[in-house]
Amino acid sequence: MNEQTAFVTHGQNGQDTQSQPIIRVENLSYAYPVEDSDQPKQALSDVNLTVARGEFVGIIGHNGSGKSTLSKILNGILSPDSGDAWIEGMNTKDPEKIWQIRKTAGMVFQNPDNQLVSSVVETDVAFGMENLGVPSEQIKEKVTEVLDIVRMSDYRKARPHQLSGGQKQRIAIAGILAMQPDCIIFDEPTAMLDPNGRAEVMKTITNLNREHGMTVLHITHYMTELVGADRIVVMDGGRVVATGTPREIFSQVAMLKEIGLDVPQMTELAYLLNQDGYDIPKDVLEIPEMVEALCHLK
Amino acid sequence: MSLKIEHLDHVYAQNSPFEFKALDDVNVELENGHFIALIGHTGSGKSTLIQHLNGLIEPTSGTVYLNGVDIFNQSKEDLVKTRFSVGLVFQYPEHQLFEETVAKDVAFGPKNLKLLEEEIQERVKWAIEMVGLDYEKMKDVSPFELSGGQMRRVAIAGVLAMKPKVLILDEPTAGLDPHGRDTILGQIEKLHKATGNTVILVSHSMEDVGRYADRILVMYKGKAVYYDTPTVVFRHVDELEKMGLAVPEVKYLMRALKKRYPEIDDDIFTVEAAKAEIERVFGGERDV
Repeated sequence: MNEQTAFVTHGQNGQDTQSQPIIRVENLSYAYPVEDSDQPKQALSDVNLTVARGEFVGIIGHNGSGKSTLSKILNGILSPDSGDAWIEGMNTKDPEKIWQIRKTAGMVFQNPDNQLVSSVVETDVAFGMENLGVPSEQIKEKVTEVLDIVRMSDYRKARPHQLSGGQKQRIAIAGILAMQPDCIIFDEPTAMLDPNGRAEVMKTITNLNREHGMTVLHITHYMTELVGADRIVVMDGGRVVATGTPREIFSQVAMLKEIGLDVPQMTELAYLLNQDGYDIPKDVLEIPEMVEALCHLK
Repeated sequence: MSLKIEHLDHVYAQNSPFEFKALDDVNVELENGHFIALIGHTGSGKSTLIQHLNGLIEPTSGTVYLNGVDIFNQSKEDLVKTRFSVGLVFQYPEHQLFEETVAKDVAFGPKNLKLLEEEIQERVKWAIEMVGLDYEKMKDVSPFELSGGQMRRVAIAGVLAMKPKVLILDEPTAGLDPHGRDTILGQIEKLHKATGNTVILVSHSMEDVGRYADRILVMYKGKAVYYDTPTVVFRHVDELEKMGLAVPEVKYLMRALKKRYPEIDDDIFTVEAAKAEIERVFGGERDV
């Protein structure tokens, strides 16, 4: 076993792990076997990545670029062919740590309907804790607390199937929060939601990160959702091809288009105006900035 | 083909504790040949409405006329014909692929039309190419070996091969990356322009709606609240937001600019149009 794992004790926000990155990925490679073929399909090639405590990191890349494979390895669903992934110092290859890893790095997926198990919101949120045998008084308190964080307290007794998509995702997030994870991995949580649902879920994720210090790894195809991220990781063909702040990444419009990705509409507009010789900063991300930049022209 | 929806009501689980009114007196006439975006919050009735348009579910009251014919008051044979002329692509249609090869899967619909074998093969080739796939490379491949985006396109090809006069797609780009999204919507637009068919696109992306549609139908709590051009519908920014919807980001920018520069036209919702308008108003300010 690698020496780094030896001196790190895992634990919920343990003092001893403060300076360690929560997620650390080194030289990770993975290939899917292909039926009737000796040639496996390479999904990840030599990926390196760290996510620090409290960071909000976005991952973008086209379908098949390796994003979901990476998230499955972080969660111990897949085991890498070579290289390692650590969550709070725990190697995701270690079968004995698997439950602790999944508790430490919670995951929220695309389809809210596949994540809710109970017929009442509060029992759904309590599901994970009940499996762990948490005393019922404690469960009640925790449910109250996490429903408050996702602003769904009024729906405690509601039936999940009567909720909107955005509300269902917030309940799924509450269920993860109840397990007291140190970080949450969101795998396209807004892909199936209407505009309002998308806004609700993004507000919840941003709030978790900013107000509650939750470490967030957010995989998405909606570039505007990452305008406020600390860092963006761009994946293509199973490799990390760029990392940087949203401004650094989105201002590379040509590179992103080349690999089949979008940029936020404001950045695209700035890029087009720039090409026509207008003096607009290339890293404009949001509407107020664009208005400011245009006002300077007049 | 025109679709006239008249006093359409649909109540799920009527007379039970779970009774739910999904459609509430919907009245709208969708003229022939438009690219119509259907938008609305989750549960607004979009999916229930489109399933009425080809007779898949029956209304509680009211009806739908396809080219003047009441589709719920016709013989069974004619209802089958209605289903052939109104093609419906469900959400995640790739879950419905089942054949051994791509060509066989796409041929399933046309075979049911009892066409000549030659015509079937022609349509299969046409449909596979229409969704941007290489017929020769794809025809003998198992659909289950394809990527998610390719599977989606094969499933859409299966409906296109029926050559429906009205093509309805329920969130055909959900979960696809930007490139996959542009490919599918671009091909649908190309088909629409080439054949003049009516397209009804259910979408949650206001940017896509602004880019492709020439009409928008807005559903809210089971009612059809707006049916007009994108220019007119997107003027209702505040109302759309109250309905859980939004307008394209560019529209918000133009609205903010208009407050400072009243001469700006804010009936704009695509990046290209915004660029042209900004250059018109701010022209001469460039440093070249």
